[in-house]
Amino acid sequence: MAILIDETKKVLVQGITGREGMTRTRLMVQYGTHVVAGCTPGKGGQEVEGVPVFDTVEEAVGTIGTIDISVLFVPAPLVKNAALESIAAGIQLLVIVPDRVPIYDVLVIAKEAKTAGARFVGPNTLGVLSPDKGVLGMMGGRAVSAREWFFQGPVGITSRSGGITSSMAYYLAREGIGATTLVHVGGDAVVGLPHPEVVKLFEQDPDTKAVVMFGEIGTSQEEQVADLIECGEFTKPLIAYIGGKAAKSGTRFSHAGAIVEGGRGTHEGKVQRLKEVGATVVDAFDELPRATRRVLEERGIPLRA
Amino acid sequence: MARLHEHQGKRLLKEKGIVIPRGGPARTPEEARRIAEEVGGPVMVKAQVWVTGRAGRGGIRRAETPAEAKAVARDILGLRVGQFTVDTVLVEECLEIQREFYASVIVDDKAQASLVMFSSRGGTGIEEIAQEHPTTVASKHVDIEQGLRDYEARNLVRRTGVHGKLQRKLGDTMVRLYDVARTWEARAAEINPLVVVADGNIYAADCRITVDDYAVFRHKDLGITFARELDRPPTELERIAYAVEEGDYRGTFYFIQMAEGFEREDGYVGFHGAGGGGSMMSMDAVLRRGLHIANFVDTSGNPPASKVYRAARIILSQPGLDGYFGSGSGVASQEQFHSARGLVKAFLEEHVDIPIVIRLGGNAEDQAVEILERLNGLIPAPVEGYRKDDSADYCAARMAALIALDQRRDVPLPAPRPEPQEPYRFETVTGGTVTFDHAVCRTCENKVCVTDCVRQILKLEDGVPVLNITPEEARRGRCVECLACEVECRFRGAGGGYVDLPIPGLEEYRAKIGIK
Repeated sequence: MAILIDETKKVLVQGITGREGMTRTRLMVQYGTHVVAGCTPGKGGQEVEGVPVFDTVEEAVGTIGTIDISVLFVPAPLVKNAALESIAAGIQLLVIVPDRVPIYDVLVIAKEAKTAGARFVGPNTLGVLSPDKGVLGMMGGRAVSAREWFFQGPVGITSRSGGITSSMAYYLAREGIGATTLVHVGGDAVVGLPHPEVVKLFEQDPDTKAVVMFGEIGTSQEEQVADLIECGEFTKPLIAYIGGKAAKSGTRFSHAGAIVEGGRGTHEGKVQRLKEVGATVVDAFDELPRATRRVLEERGIPLRA
Repeated sequence: MARLHEHQGKRLLKEKGIVIPRGGPARTPEEARRIAEEVGGPVMVKAQVWVTGRAGRGGIRRAETPAEAKAVARDILGLRVGQFTVDTVLVEECLEIQREFYASVIVDDKAQASLVMFSSRGGTGIEEIAQEHPTTVASKHVDIEQGLRDYEARNLVRRTGVHGKLQRKLGDTMVRLYDVARTWEARAAEINPLVVVADGNIYAADCRITVDDYAVFRHKDLGITFARELDRPPTELERIAYAVEEGDYRGTFYFIQMAEGFEREDGYVGFHGAGGGGSMMSMDAVLRRGLHIANFVDTSGNPPASKVYRAARIILSQPGLDGYFGSGSGVASQEQFHSARGLVKAFLEEHVDIPIVIRLGGNAEDQAVEILERLNGLIPAPVEGYRKDDSADYCAARMAALIALDQRRDVPLPAPRPEPQEPYRFETVTGGTVTFDHAVCRTCENKVCVTDCVRQILKLEDGVPVLNITPEEARRGRCVECLACEVECRFRGAGGGYVDLPIPGLEEYRAKIGIK
């Protein structure tokens, strides 16, 4: 069934007339995503990849009808206003691609989303992709590559790193294992759908039989996933790799969220906690496909859809 | 995160009406003496460094007179406290402390909201206080749109057992502290200790504030020049790298040095990651081979070739490397020929003689590897390019193997580029210059610059390449510095095209440390 994106969802692209907006709209459309409208203030009336552009999100929704998802390709300082605009227009899921969005802006977006019952992925996300159903954001780069690399199967993929999301899906695919949905949670410390929230969505998805997770040092997302396993809220097998083993305390490793502070968010802490609750944690990234295969075969789960 | 020194943080507290001790920062003993004189009475002289436990390391001392303040300042300035050398001290009035409290505001990423915390016991670390005296600690999440209301702050303080007038004053301080955090977008703002003095007034005796990196651009008044979280001061090379990043919003370039003072054969590798997760995972692979990492780099988020080039030049400005290793997630969405060209330009200029292993997996990987491996024979170093089907582990093993083999080709340094006879130039968005020597271009059969330009901004006019847009448009960013006009020209054209990309401070730095 896939989570977050499939062929039924109607998608809006904010910042559609910018360089990123245009290129990625092409990716999304060519991959089969149902992109119904775009919005760039001042550019209403234009068309991008056959998609009509509006001046405001409200106008887009008023003209097209219900829009389920908005993907944002606007400069970081403008993200807050763009996100609030979509939430106010009734869009229930946002995918915030840009990097460097100020943290307090994210807090405002989080508050407004919560009030409206809306959710968001990111910021600083490569996006979300459900093989052969649709893609939101930039994942895959080109539709032809995405089609080549990804196919449907039983594994949900969640990652704090963008490139790694595609890699994991690709290497699993090479092992013969397909995916339901690939989710890039985003590299920032405050994100709309962190690992535990994505894992809960995978729990509810009947087609997802196992989850592969790429974790990192910093924040407490992986520990929260362990908590979900422990209290029975997440019951499917989890196979994980935690990056940043070599990282020292107090130093950030690129991602705003990848930093060990005050003894919290350590590599050892996450690995230990996950192992404690019965998750499979591999030492080397390359071991993920084989470990996942073993887990699926043990449970008699077919590797492809 | 961008950390503020105590005196800088206190200035912000003062702006929002929180009382701080009278005094100010001093960079010389004489300044310290002058401030002590202005303050009148005994003063505290405090090292301004981002280290806890300053007092125990001799970084905080009392001075009874201005003359003593000068002497104490002389002792403390230049002192090494942890990994920092003190260049500023804060000279401020001594407080007659009656009671100490703890107050902070931090962004709680799990709750997606700010958390204000107060304790009726201050002075020591909050973890200790919370463990040993839990009933004295109270916290509350703040609604970002509502802010911290006065009654919420008073009730927060009340829950720790403080009543009456003191409760009212402390509540007021909490509201102001939240205001500081919200206004300057602090990841964390902590006053420990927050004190009551003899006359009943509340003072912020100490202050630690870190500002969100991503918000620094809209708080120029803070004068932050280096917004990275490090447990030591930035190195010169890190500052140079940071300036590249600050000047170019396209993609990411993150650079930190992990070691210094190593030499050839110590097994240190220049590390060039792509993508935060891919970089960490690849770094883990290199370390598993017993190699050491000289630096951590991440160029990702669709960086232009020019950014990758600058990153490589900076990495190669570390003397003593035994190898150069590049690797990302393996399955990049961005076309990999951008990175490949950036690397090739840098490797040629540096005439690299240490083995190079680059894992360029993802979109257009075949083309990227081809671009990279053309270097073999043109520089002393052996160069190997890998794709997504080659694991990071395998590539790390290749790096180790090539380093052990220690082979280099005997390739002489190429002659320096002659002055162009018929230069055609235009500027680029990061202050670079694209030059075509039309005298040379005229002899070119392939004109690959025109065909391979990623943004297709060149055309042929009388058989030589010129812009098909205005120079102003090119400078504004239509030229994305893809470097095809230099790299492809070099290999498949006549060599008339090239791009100069300045890296402020790098040439001086290299001259200073003795590398060309």
